[in-house]
Amino acid sequence: MAIKQLSIFIENKEGTLVTITDALAKAEVDIRAMSVADTQDFGILRLIVTDIDKAKAALEENNCFVSITNVVGVAISDQPGSLAKVARILKENDINIEYMYAFITVSKKYAYVVLRVEDNAAAEKILTDNGIELVKESDISEM
Amino acid sequence: MHRYYQKDAETMPVEKIKELQSKKLIKQVNHVYENVPYYRSLMDKKGVKPQDIKSIDDLHKLPFLTKADLRDAYPYGLLATDLKNCVRIQSTSGTTGKRVVAFYTQNDIDLWEECCARAIVATGSSNKDVCQVCYGYGLFTGGFGLNGGSHKVGCLTLPMSSGNTERQIQFMMDLGATILCCTPSYAAYIGESLKERGYKPEDNKLKVGIFGAEPWTEEMRRDIEKSLGIKAYDIYGLTETSGPGVAFECEEQNGMHINEDHFLAEIIDPDTGEVLPEGSRGELVFTSLDKEAFPLLRYRTRDICVLTRENCSCGRTFIKMTKPMGRTDDMMIIRGVNVFPSQIEAVLLNCGYAPNYQIVVDRFNNSDTLDVYVEMSPENFSDTVKEISKKEKLLASEIRTMLGISPVVHLVAPKSIERSEGKAKRVIDKRRSIGITT
Repeated sequence: MAIKQLSIFIENKEGTLVTITDALAKAEVDIRAMSVADTQDFGILRLIVTDIDKAKAALEENNCFVSITNVVGVAISDQPGSLAKVARILKENDINIEYMYAFITVSKKYAYVVLRVEDNAAAEKILTDNGIELVKESDISEM
Repeated sequence: MHRYYQKDAETMPVEKIKELQSKKLIKQVNHVYENVPYYRSLMDKKGVKPQDIKSIDDLHKLPFLTKADLRDAYPYGLLATDLKNCVRIQSTSGTTGKRVVAFYTQNDIDLWEECCARAIVATGSSNKDVCQVCYGYGLFTGGFGLNGGSHKVGCLTLPMSSGNTERQIQFMMDLGATILCCTPSYAAYIGESLKERGYKPEDNKLKVGIFGAEPWTEEMRRDIEKSLGIKAYDIYGLTETSGPGVAFECEEQNGMHINEDHFLAEIIDPDTGEVLPEGSRGELVFTSLDKEAFPLLRYRTRDICVLTRENCSCGRTFIKMTKPMGRTDDMMIIRGVNVFPSQIEAVLLNCGYAPNYQIVVDRFNNSDTLDVYVEMSPENFSDTVKEISKKEKLLASEIRTMLGISPVVHLVAPKSIERSEGKAKRVIDKRRSIGITT
């Protein structure tokens, strides 16, 4: 059920993002969502893309350090209180969020939230049990 | 007024020194040949017999010993006496995690401590002084060496060992320490700490400092002298020959007198092994003339320096060595600890990293810093910062276990460490650019 995220190790130096985005453009891969974590020495770029295998191959060809991580995708209605509801469910079930980021699409009335938790399956079950709609891998390419 | 701990030895006419050294050398070579099969086989291989050594002029006929020999012979291979005659070991870290262990009889310890006592008295100190020793006590020779020397002189000795600056300062001020023994970088740190607490240089009772175990500059000497209100003296030694006190500075503060009645010094060309004339720059080689348990003949220190014998105003006749100006190998001295890049490399390989790394050594506020940059490996990559930081801390703690000093570890992108001619530049020692050579 979980969706796949690309994690890319990036140096904090000029031009790194150009290399990555150029490689994805050439491979004709669309970026659906992204987030960056940074420290003094390095950053981690996380991407949700339309074709993860193609993206990974293109990035590795450009000497990028890439790994695939399973994350939980949640679809919520794009209105106040929706995210609060998800956050409350997770809190009540003692599920910690390592990191998260959100994106919206133009075509639908949904906002999408990407969650990184310890136990994807547990989080997904609890969210589904509470009536939260999850995003499937197949949904990503259709967005 | 000149003060000596053992005036007869320290001011012995040069001819007499050479005569004494020849006599001791002949005896020592026989002792080693009979009791150390490892060195006997080196001599046999070179075709030299004990009877070929008739004076110090024949010294060049003997084979060298290197750090590699010490590793090969670990732990007992160079021991020259029965273990029941030994009372102590001291040790230093080795290149591959294997240590160098030196053995001492009681007589060896007495002579070592006397050498340290000479160093203390040469600073104008006496039994009226209070000597604070903040070199580490333990396997490291610094603490026990100066502690023993201080006892021999009759100083009130404060066996502080290293660290705990708060307590160092409290004892220094409350008990009126007059002599400070530690690494120069720690002396500088104590100076800053005193200033931070609002003390002026004249508030402490210190008169002199005896600093060694790491490279330091004349500029650093002046800084320390100013911040503590003292005169700062250099001391040299190595575990392989005994410990600190092999050579020490007198009031002239321009080079260290080698205790030639116990140690025979040579300068050689590090590439050819050829003995170089006095005044030449080359690798320092020591022969222990009096050591019973662990007598090394022609031990290559890998320290580069110059030996000169001139009339010294202090009245000592012993030859002087300059501060070491560099090394013939890739050893670095960081915070007083011997560090080889290969040690760090071994830890990286053990932890699943490729040997792509860079070591950056620098000095901030008179204290050495060690940064290790390591290229990320697939096994150690994670999508969370927390996990990667954890890996960095784990690696730092593994390196600390190996070296005894803490580095800061930085995981960097693959292929980001600069390679010149296909080979990574392993060490960047920024201290060199500020005139500190190791």
